[in-house]
Amino acid sequence: MPIEQVGVVGAGNIGTSVVTDLVLHGISAVVVDTSEDILQRARAAVLDNVRCAPLLSKTLPRVTREEALRRMVLTTRLQDVAPCEFIVENVTESWEVKRPLYEQLDRVAAPDALIGANTSCLSITQIASVTRRAANVVGIHFMNPVHLMPTVEVIRGVHTSERALDTLRQIFARLHKQAIVVEDLPGFVSNRISHLFMNEAAFVLQDSVASAQTIDTIFKKCFGHKMGPLETADLIGLDTVMRSLDVLYESYHDSKYRCCPLLRKLVHAGHLGRKTGRGFHVYPDARHHAHQHARTESP
Amino acid sequence: MNIADHDGIKETLRRYILSSVSLTHLDDDANLFESGIANSLFAVQLMTFVEKAFAIEVASEDLDIENFKSLNATAAFVLHKNTGRSV
Repeated sequence: MPIEQVGVVGAGNIGTSVVTDLVLHGISAVVVDTSEDILQRARAAVLDNVRCAPLLSKTLPRVTREEALRRMVLTTRLQDVAPCEFIVENVTESWEVKRPLYEQLDRVAAPDALIGANTSCLSITQIASVTRRAANVVGIHFMNPVHLMPTVEVIRGVHTSERALDTLRQIFARLHKQAIVVEDLPGFVSNRISHLFMNEAAFVLQDSVASAQTIDTIFKKCFGHKMGPLETADLIGLDTVMRSLDVLYESYHDSKYRCCPLLRKLVHAGHLGRKTGRGFHVYPDARHHAHQHARTESP
Repeated sequence: MNIADHDGIKETLRRYILSSVSLTHLDDDANLFESGIANSLFAVQLMTFVEKAFAIEVASEDLDIENFKSLNATAAFVLHKNTGRSV
């Protein structure tokens, strides 16, 4: 029987994007975060995303505001995900935050529920180790914006079962997404490489080699990338990029992952990218969903 | 809506697009998205600007990239919405 309700824990940038994708494809979401304020911002962001979806994709289903609202349950109680057979976790990219959450989630979720850890860099095997369901923990690295990206990097932890991967593929089929399965080491494939690009681009900017615009243009015009590394960092959120680099640095103890001081300075200044209207670039009329104060920032 | 209004709309849009994409020149019919001038997420940004700057409510049926694909297309859309409102 197809899964009709998915738990989404963490309603930051990527969490709201996951909810948008579920809602657009007729799947209900139980959305959990730590405060009503964060949940209300997430609700507004999802409604905004659903409204604008036809502008960005002709193939996405058109969903009314009323339908979208019917498909969302917003709650601060983690135990409300208990009926969900599949739960996507999107909380802050930090072991100190994820560890206690997984211990609690393991207690409240149904024994056979599948948990997808939507993480940028943390080891899936490490995350699974604090649960009693290591076979049912799988890494999911959604790309942002989730509803516009057809491919997902899926990470198999040491104990992740084939059955769990099959269940995930069935869910992705409903979302018209393809899974590319890779093995588990911090950063996996995409972020282990992409964050080096983003970080080095920040160093190039810091060293006044070129402007942010020029750096991105070189990636787009010379390499054929759709977005440059600094635009991509702005889209992800500079706080999340910084935390991911810190995780990579701690995981490999390799100096190539040391975070650029300029990137860290922008984060400390509150210039987090698109979501605050300014990062490496300025977004004068971007829709700010003001997730910057959400404790549960997502990867 | 007269020619002066139309030109005014176009210049307002041109200034906004140029400042957003850090270019100094923009062909009126250049496709912003296919040419790589902007990525598709800029369509939402442009739509938001249009709603605010011209006090237009973009309806569900208007949410088509064709309405925002170029300077001329966006100006025509604003003009159409304004004309529709005044009759």
